[in-house]
Amino acid sequence: MIGRLIARDFRRGLAGAAWLPVAFFLLVATLVPFAVGPDARLLERIAPGALWIAALTAALLPIERLIEPDRADGVLDQLALHGVAEESVAFAKIVAHWLTFAPLLLIAAIPASVLLAMDGTALLRAQVALAVGTLGLAALAVAVAAVTAGLPRAGALAGLLLLPLAVPVLIFAVADALLLEAAVSLLLTAGAPFVAGAAIRAART
Amino acid sequence: MTALLRFDGVALRRGGRRLFTGLDLQLDADEGLHVTGPNGSGKSSLLRLAAGLLRAERGRVEAGRVALADEHLALDRELPLGRALSFWGSPIDEAMDALGLAHLARAPVRLLSSGQAKRASLARVVASGAPLWLLDEPLNALDGDGAERLAAIVDRHRRDGGAVVVASHQPLAGAWRRLELGA
Repeated sequence: MIGRLIARDFRRGLAGAAWLPVAFFLLVATLVPFAVGPDARLLERIAPGALWIAALTAALLPIERLIEPDRADGVLDQLALHGVAEESVAFAKIVAHWLTFAPLLLIAAIPASVLLAMDGTALLRAQVALAVGTLGLAALAVAVAAVTAGLPRAGALAGLLLLPLAVPVLIFAVADALLLEAAVSLLLTAGAPFVAGAAIRAART
Repeated sequence: MTALLRFDGVALRRGGRRLFTGLDLQLDADEGLHVTGPNGSGKSSLLRLAAGLLRAERGRVEAGRVALADEHLALDRELPLGRALSFWGSPIDEAMDALGLAHLARAPVRLLSSGQAKRASLARVVASGAPLWLLDEPLNALDGDGAERLAAIVDRHRRDGGAVVVASHQPLAGAWRRLELGA
């Protein structure tokens, strides 16, 4: 069932608006040269940080469709009746979300790197950091989506919850501390299913 | 014989209002229970308690494997009906036949009428193979043919040693135990 759930969410993620966060990511990256001017040295220096701010804002977009539609349509209830623990559901959703979100973002990082005057090595470093960090971001997104599912103005609330929690990932990612970033990312991935599972159960009426 | 569903002194409170207290209930194989009561009397909540989706305020609920058909369709709207039902893991051809849905296997779920959607959620219950069925207003939106098919699948399930709980305002064909919840 878990495998089927991952495959289903992956398919729905790609069929849905998977390109939307990516377009948003590129748009934010495009704004940076306009905002700070075309000085290549300056752009190169701030590029990793700019990429990450673009990635964080892009990570907010899909939150509302991660949990809420399945809650409202009774899919989460039926999964429980089929003996799937809420934590397992959340884990499957994290995996599926990461698989739809991260690869597209890594591809979009290539045109973004051109806009930000990054060279090849800087791009590669940024991509590794993004690949590692997006796992933690995906876990956070699912947990926050579960906590806010069914609430009015869930989207805005989700942003307020997610961005502060993503700060450790951001700090280690732009400081090139890959191991620490991976540690935080794994910690988030390990903890998020339990938060999301409890939230899904608590939201049942 | 072991009970398929047992309520022991169950109390349930929803939104600060106590819906029922001290509810005792036992359902054995081949039994059917028809839950009635005014709107808001807790019929659906009783089914969700039996399904383990809600916790009782007091008392104990014991149930084995259950299948639930309520107002939520829980099928992917963009998929053809056959594939959407298959997601839930059981062979579905026989169940779709039993509900008269075989010709709709390739129709996208989002195009189903409300009666067809009701049949689809009943088909999932049939396919589940669970011994206890929980049906919330199963007659809503069903036409005459649908109601006959519903009676037939319920009969067969009970003959095969299953039990059924139906929450409904409408009269049901066949022999049912009645449970009336107060307002």
